[in-house]
Parts: sequence; C-alpha cells; structure tokens
Amino acid sequence: MGAKVNTMTTASVVSARGLRKAYKNKLALDGTNFDIPAGRIIGLIGPNGAGKTTALKAVLGLIPFEGELKVLGKDPRTQRDELMNDVCFIADVAVLPRWITVAQAIEFVAGVHPRFDAGKCQRFLQGTQLKPNLKVREMSKGMIVQLHLALVMAIDAKLLVLDEPTLGLDILYRKQFYQRLLEDYFDEDKTIIITTHQVEEVEHILTDVMFIRDGKISLNAQMDSLGERYTEVLLNADKLEAARALQPIDERSLPFGKTVMLFDGADPARLRELGETRTPGLADLFVATMKGTYA
Amino acid sequence: MNATFEAAERAPVKAATPPHTTHKLKLLLKREFWEHKGGFFWAPIWAGGISLLLTLMGLILGEVALRNSSGKIQVDGHFSVNGLDLSTITSHMSPADAEQLAGAVSMSTASAMFWPMLVLGFVVFFYCLGTLFDERKDRSVLFWKSLPVSDRDTVLAKVLSALVVAPTIAMVIGIACMLAFLLLLSVFVLIHHGNPLTLLWSPSNLLANAGVVLAAIPLYALWALPSVGWLLLCSAWSRSKPFLWAIMIPVFAGVFVTWFNLMHVFNLGSSWFWKNVVAHLLGGVFPGTWFIVTNTDALTSSDFPKHLAVVQSMYTAFAAPQLWVGAVAGIAMIIAAIRLRRWRDDN
Repeated sequence: MGAKVNTMTTASVVSARGLRKAYKNKLALDGTNFDIPAGRIIGLIGPNGAGKTTALKAVLGLIPFEGELKVLGKDPRTQRDELMNDVCFIADVAVLPRWITVAQAIEFVAGVHPRFDAGKCQRFLQGTQLKPNLKVREMSKGMIVQLHLALVMAIDAKLLVLDEPTLGLDILYRKQFYQRLLEDYFDEDKTIIITTHQVEEVEHILTDVMFIRDGKISLNAQMDSLGERYTEVLLNADKLEAARALQPIDERSLPFGKTVMLFDGADPARLRELGETRTPGLADLFVATMKGTYA
Repeated sequence: MNATFEAAERAPVKAATPPHTTHKLKLLLKREFWEHKGGFFWAPIWAGGISLLLTLMGLILGEVALRNSSGKIQVDGHFSVNGLDLSTITSHMSPADAEQLAGAVSMSTASAMFWPMLVLGFVVFFYCLGTLFDERKDRSVLFWKSLPVSDRDTVLAKVLSALVVAPTIAMVIGIACMLAFLLLLSVFVLIHHGNPLTLLWSPSNLLANAGVVLAAIPLYALWALPSVGWLLLCSAWSRSKPFLWAIMIPVFAGVFVTWFNLMHVFNLGSSWFWKNVVAHLLGGVFPGTWFIVTNTDALTSSDFPKHLAVVQSMYTAFAAPQLWVGAVAGIAMIIAAIRLRRWRDDN
C-alpha cells in the first residue's frame, strides 16, 4: 500500500541541497549536496568532526538545519512522524533502554511499528543467548547490538541509517553484523547508509562511497568506478622521479626501498610502465584525500 | 508496483512485511508501566504495608499495655478485659454516640490511605522530573525516536501515566490498605467481644471512603496538571540537574517577587504568589494539596450524608479559578516540553 510511484521510481531516496548547520563556533555542514539512489549501500566516511553524524541527524529529522533536504520525498523537519514509518536507524551502539527485556522490546516495537514482523525478529534471535526475560542491563555490548539489529532488521523500512553501529564491538560481532545485514536484510528496495571508522570492514559490502570533510562532500562515487579513477603503483627507487612528474596525490615508503604512490585520473598504461598497479583500498584512499585534516 | 532496478540485480527482493495495525497509546502506557513498575506499583504497596505493620504493632502494644494494667482477666459470664467490653459499650450507645464512633472509625480508616498517597506524590514528582531527562542521558531517546511514534504521543503517554495511571493504581492500593486496616481492627474488636460488623463495617465506612478516593482521581488529574507540566518541562529542558532547576526557578521567582513586592501591582501580597504559583507548581502532584482552594463550609452545612459532603466539599475546587488557570498553564508547559523533545539534541 501507499508505495508512492515518485519515491520509488525517481530513485533518489535522499536528496540534499545546500545543507548548513552551525554549532556554537563550528560549521558542521557547509553547503552539503548529495543524492542517494535507492537500492544502495552507501558508506559515509570522514574524519572525526567532519559532519557525518550531523548529516545523518539532519536526514533523520533529529536536528534543525538550513537548506533543502528530501528523504523519500518528505522533509524530515516537518514530516518526521510520517517519515519514520519507512526509515529506521541505529544511531549509536547500546542505546536500548537498560530496563527493557527482550520480550518487552519485541512487544513494544510490534505494537507501534506497522511494518515490524515479530516472527522474523524471533527467528533472528534464535541460537543467540538472548532469552525473552533477559534485561538489556544484563547483556554484554555485543548482545545489545544483536538485539538492536534483530529489531531493526525485522522492520521492513525503505531507508536504514547506521551511525557507527559496531563501535566498541569485537571482530566476531562486527563481521556477523555486516554479514546479517547483507544476507538477511538488504534488497533492491532498501537503501542503507553507514558511517564507520572501520573502513576496511565495510568496503566489500558498499556499493557507493561518500567522503565528507569539513561539512562538504569531497568524493561521491560508486565503488566500481573507483578503480577507473584511482590507481596505486608499486615503484622501485629508480622510477620515483618519473612517477612524481605525474603528480601523485599520495606517496608512502615501504621497506626495501619500494614506494607506493596513489594517482588520481592518471593514464593507466603510463603507470603500468612504471611499476605494478592495482586499485587502492578505501582506507588508503581515505588517508590520502584527508591529508592535513587535523593540521 | 515494485519496479525492478537494473542497478540492483545482485539483491533479490525479499518478501515484504504487510503492514499491520498498531496500538500505540496502549503500548506507550505499558512501556511507562514496565519502566516504572517499582514506583507506580511497588512503592505504594510498600508504603501501605509498612503503615499497616505499624498499626498492627500499635494494636499489639496497646493490647499488652491493657492486659498489664488490668493484671488479670476477669471471667464473669463473658470475657471482659479490665472493663473494656465493647459489646456492652456499643449496646448502650445512643444513636448520636454511635454516629460519632462511626465517624472516628471512618477517619482512622481513611488514614490508612495516607502513606500510599504521600508516596504517590513523590513517585509522580520524580517520575515527571526524570522521564524526559533520563532518556537523553542514557541516549535511549535515540531508540525511541527511531520508531514511528511522535513526540506528542510519547509525552502525552507520560502525562497520562502521571495523572491517571499512577494515581489510579495508588488509590486502588490505598483502598486495599483500608480494607486490611479494617480487618486488623476487626480482630482487635473480636478479641474484645465487639461485633466488628456493626462497629467497623457499616456501609458508610469502607465503601464511602473508597468512593471519596475514586472521586478524587479527576480532581487530582486537573490539580496536578501544572506541576506535571512544569516538571516535564524541566526534564525536557535541562542539560543537567533537572531537580535543582525545577526547585530553584520557582523559589527564586518567589524570593524576587517578595523582595520587590511585585504582586502589589495586582493588589495581591507576595504570599499569594508563594501559595498559588510556587506551592502549586512544586506540590501539586501531592494528593490533597487542593484543600487550599476548597470550600469546607459544605462539610458542616451540607444536607448530604457525610461522605457525600466530603466529596461535595472537595469538588468545590472545580469552581476555583486557580484550578483552571493552573490546568491551562500546565497544558502550555506540556506543549513546550513536546517541542523541546522534538528538537533537543542529545549532546
């Protein structure tokens, strides 16, 4: 019911134009523009204080801001209540109320959310240590996240926003978290926005990536296209000068006199003559493009 | 309807969950009860239980003292403890005396309500002061806000919990305490050969007391409205120490008004401000504080039976402008608290 044709077919789940948000003495969002199409998993990646969380809070209608923003065709400032039927989020780890039990959490969400499937949620919890009468205050951080994820994944939302969903979890929980998200939740009608500092762990599941720096989107690309634009070359010492002439955006030394350089938009054939080339990892790309952030 | 996207071939559409009906208000009220069961349910029970225990100890002490002073129990035809034979007393009582006795019993029965009601006041006070503050402090507000429940509905459920749910539970517990109190007294009366049915359980007693208590619920809801509104507003607004803000602002306002004798402008003394603003804002959640606006003439002049006269006198509060002005102010503060919850950033 009610799946409006325009929100489904114009494909833009989030569309932001000139977002501005100033905290006391700092501009958290500075004319931010971006579009997020449907059926994507977008990584929003930036250094601390770059405006990631502010951007997500704006999308979720949690804070006032200036500029134009449409989420599923609605303005989150004025139409938040309707919007939340189709949008869900995990804003931080361990924000479930400490007094609630597993059974109460399921009963509550089932009672207030028209698109929550309690049976599905219980299936997600099968085989975990989360028993119905267990209170959140008795759970480990990893278990709280398991419960939260189970609740959220049982909601048939169009947009899921995850802000540092795995902060402070051990690697087993982190792997399991993203695995489940991909296998049991994501489909072509859903869009997921993730922010995280653990770039290496999410880069394999992302379809798109956005870098944010000082409140502006500094890179917005599909993951597939990164390889066409950026190239990493492993160089021997004798090729350094020739390579530097091509203006690498980053350069770092390895043991045994080797050097790795990162190029933006250089001719791949020319680079292959200089040394071994490959597509850079998201983390290296991030470090290279964010240089000087804290200077 | 679900148009296929060329961009997402790799992710098959999973069976969509058909929307089902929701019961938001019911669940919101339930949630408040789950979280505050200790305050709403157990605290009045403990208070009532402890006061009953004290009553029982008092009765036992009295009994022991009575027996010690008499030295021995006389046995002459029927039991009488040092002349305290209730059956002979009641059988020789004039109707006027009997009515007076019933009144005294009724009063002491009603006193069994006192502790649960006092506890209710504290519970509602700290519930309202904490509820919107704590959810921001432990960041669980982010979870509540991730669900399709508006800030208006959330705050209104809290208001209903404070004004209706908590008082109703506490009053039902209070009525149970009165019942238990009468049972205790009945044992005492039986020991002394009285007939508890005529002495204690006259219909004008328990039922009428319970009726008065239940009749107080709507008055409580209206009278506590400004206090609940003020405490919720402080809870939603303050970044730390909501208790201090909630107390200090009205008290300093009172001091300010007293110093500069501001109420003089309205031809009113400073005491008017303390009584009608400061005391009402902070104490309105305590049942019975509405006595300052009730007209007690009805108690003596009414043609109604006594308990109805009590209700009649209590309900004269509905004629007091303070009640309605306060209620309107309370609603305004609740609206402000809803707005604050909508836009308050968690850090």
